[in-house]
Parts: sequence; C-alpha cells; structure tokens
Amino acid sequence: MSTPMPPLKVTESNDPVAMPKRVALVRPDARATLRRMEEKWVMTFPNLILREVICFQIVVIALSVIALLFNAPLEGIANPLETPNPSKAPWYFLGLQELLHYFPPVVAGVVFPGLVVVALVVIPYARINLSARALWSGDKARTRLWVGGAVAFLSLFFAAANCWPIVVPTLLIGAAMFSVYGGAAEGRLRRFLVSVTLPEWIMTWFILVATILTLIGTFFRGPGWSLVWPWNMYPPA
Amino acid sequence: MSRSLLSRMAGLVRDSAVYRSIVRHGAADTNRNRSLIVFENLFLHVHPVKVREKTLKFSHTYWLGGITVSAMVVLICTGILLMFYYHPSVPQAYRDMKELKFVVDNGVFYRNLHRWAAHLMVLGALLHMVRVFYHRAYRPPRQFNWVIGVVLLLVTLLLSYTGYLLPWDQLAFWGVSVGTNMAKEAPILGPPLRFLLLGGNIVSENALLRFYVLHCVLLPSALLGFLGVHIWRVRKDGGVQGPPEPPSDDDEVEP
Repeated sequence: MSTPMPPLKVTESNDPVAMPKRVALVRPDARATLRRMEEKWVMTFPNLILREVICFQIVVIALSVIALLFNAPLEGIANPLETPNPSKAPWYFLGLQELLHYFPPVVAGVVFPGLVVVALVVIPYARINLSARALWSGDKARTRLWVGGAVAFLSLFFAAANCWPIVVPTLLIGAAMFSVYGGAAEGRLRRFLVSVTLPEWIMTWFILVATILTLIGTFFRGPGWSLVWPWNMYPPA
Repeated sequence: MSRSLLSRMAGLVRDSAVYRSIVRHGAADTNRNRSLIVFENLFLHVHPVKVREKTLKFSHTYWLGGITVSAMVVLICTGILLMFYYHPSVPQAYRDMKELKFVVDNGVFYRNLHRWAAHLMVLGALLHMVRVFYHRAYRPPRQFNWVIGVVLLLVTLLLSYTGYLLPWDQLAFWGVSVGTNMAKEAPILGPPLRFLLLGGNIVSENALLRFYVLHCVLLPSALLGFLGVHIWRVRKDGGVQGPPEPPSDDDEVEP
C-alpha cells in the first residue's frame, strides 16, 4: 500500500525578506504523532538564576570555613640540592606517579595518559557508546569471547608488570560482568547489573583503577616509594 | 508604614531616568520583565529565557557544573588579590608566601581559599564528567560539547599544576620536577616541549616566570573562552541533559 515518497526538492533563497516555510514530513505508512506531549517549562529568572546564586553562596561559605580551619601547606624554600623522599606530584597526578613504580616512564607518563585522553575524546563518536544496549543482550557467545578475552589479557598484562592495584579491580569488574551472564533474576542489584552497558562497565573499571592508584600514591607511599601505612607517613600526606 | 516607605523609595529609584537608562526593564513581576532580565543582560543570556522544570531538580545535575564554575569564580577573585602581593622571582616568591602568612591582613585566608578552591575545581570537574557520562549526556547533539569538556578538564589540570609551582617551596619545586621529568620521556617532542615550558633544562627562575604567565594570563583566558562556548552550547542543544528516561506510555503511539 505504501507508495515511495516523491523526491524532495530544496530551494534556498537569498532574499532577506523571504520567510522560511516550515514543512512537516509524514511518511505514508505512519501517523503524525507527537513524541512527547508536553513538558513543564519555567522562567529562567528567578527559578534557575536563584539556584545558581544559592550554589555559589554554598560554595563560598563552605570554602571559607575550610580556609579558616585548615592552612594551605607551605614547606621550606625550594632547594634543588635537597630532594625530599618521597617527592610527590599533586594528588590528581599521583595515580600516574604510582604507575611509574610499575612501568617505564615513557609508558606511565606518556602512553597511558595519552590513551586516556584519546579514549575520553572519542567517547561520543563511538557507536558502542550510542547504542545503550545492556552487555549481555546481544550475541552472548561473541560477547563472552571478547569480554573474557579482554579481562584475561588486561589481568595478565598488568600481572606481568606486578601491577596488582590494576589486576585486582580488573578481575573484580570482570567477575561482576559475568555474575549476570545468566540474565536477570530476582533482586534489585542483579536487575540493575543486567542493565549496565559495556561502556559503563569500562568507565566504572577506569574510575575504580584511577581511584585506587591515586589513594595508594597519596596515602600509602613513603620513602623510596615503599609501602607504608598512612599513620606512619612522614611528612604526613 | 516603613515597608511602604521602602517600596516607594525603590519605586522612585526604579522609575528614575538614570536607572531606566541602565536597566531597561521594570521589576520582575511579569513574565515579560522576567524574560527581559535574561535577554537584556550580556552574562545572563547564555541562558534561555525558559528552562524545563525537571532540569532544575538536584538529581538532574547534582549542581556539579555550577559548583565547578563557583570554585572558578572564587579562584579568579582570590587569585587577583594574591597577584597584588606576589613577585614571580626567586627567592622573593617564597618570601611573599611568608609575607602573606604573617604580615598581610587576611593574606593567609585568601591563600587558603585559593588553594582549597583549586582542589574543589579539579574535583568538581572530574565528578561533573563522571555524571555526564553515566547520564549519557554526551550523545548527539552534544558530542562536541563533551570534547570541549575534556579540553576544559585538561586546562583546569594545567592551571592547577602551573599554580602548584608558584609558592616556590620544596613541595612546589619537587612536585613540578617529578611531573616535568615525566614529560621528558615523550619521544621526539618531549625534551623540546619541556625546555620550552621550563625556559631551561631544570626547574628554575625562568620556569617560575613562565608558569606564572601561563597561570595568570594564558590558561585563564583559554578557560574562560572554552567555558563560554561550553555553556552556550548547553543552551543551543536544548538545556542540561539529565538521567536517561525510560520510555513512558505516552511516547510513540503506534498507528
């Protein structure tokens, strides 16, 4: 019954007073329906602007209280001849510095951060991120092969470098992925885990690894980058 | 009595020719004036005049972008105050830290504020990115805004890192030495980039000056530029995107 649509002809005008005409296209085999009937709109002022002001005030008050209670660190004057042991980068780079303990500098300092930045940039352009399909909802055997292979490869790779702070979360995330291989059963946790997509698993793995590495680098590394307890750290982290 | 006096005075000011020449709309008692407040203001008009009510819910964004921008505003204000006292030279930079701590009125307070706000800004940007990822707000049409967000995160990290050297204490010197030694390992581009950044082969007075200029001029300008585009694109793409919604019964009526 459906007839092929006639080809559309688009004409563009350079006449500044010509008004563009709005055209709605309705496929012959579909009915014209609105996807979402209505949404509630409110005025930006005062609804959004006031919330922004409140947010700013909360931040200023919280920071002021912190600034009154805790002094910013200040050590002795810089001395190139006296290397503190350990010498640490700011906290957001301590994950990378922790990796330096396991990998040569070119890998820990250049390859890994480069891969992270590239991976972050391509996220919205990768089809896998756009499909939002639960991990085991497709071809299960194929998914099992790839996921199992990736977990095994990453675990072996980092185990070969003795990098247990990455091996353990990798195995944990892998176990969590396979724990719902059989599909959804009863229980809120399992129903939630079944719905998690592959990109979400990967990001969760990355956040877990980055957090663990940063925490170890910040609180558990002492002289000579040896493992120490936070309460034995000098100077305190 | 006093209230009517106050409101009469406010009315007098609001109706005066001078006030009306600056602010061209009346009190925000009609939706027309509420609209004018937004689109007659250079800064507020990064926002649309109306927003979806559901985007105002806390669980929609957790205010993480707003917290990050608030920290940035605190950093700009305290940073400008600190600049009045700071000399980017050795050893005066370190002496200025001591001056701020022991001599300048509220100096230690402003330096503390600047330091903790910097941590908050890095943390806020990281959490904001995590929130956007799990809410799948990077999807079309917002792909490129995600990329701008990644650039903003890198600029934020660089800002924090260049600021780290400025106190010129042991923490600053060795923290920056560790980081720039890592940059040396990059093939081909690493060593010349490091030389360019430090103005020499070691962290020295030249590096302090270069980090100061980056920290106070180049990187903040880049940050504000990219931030403007970032927020403007949020508006152009239909407002902030919250958690993905399960399809409801009202959606897509089948014929």
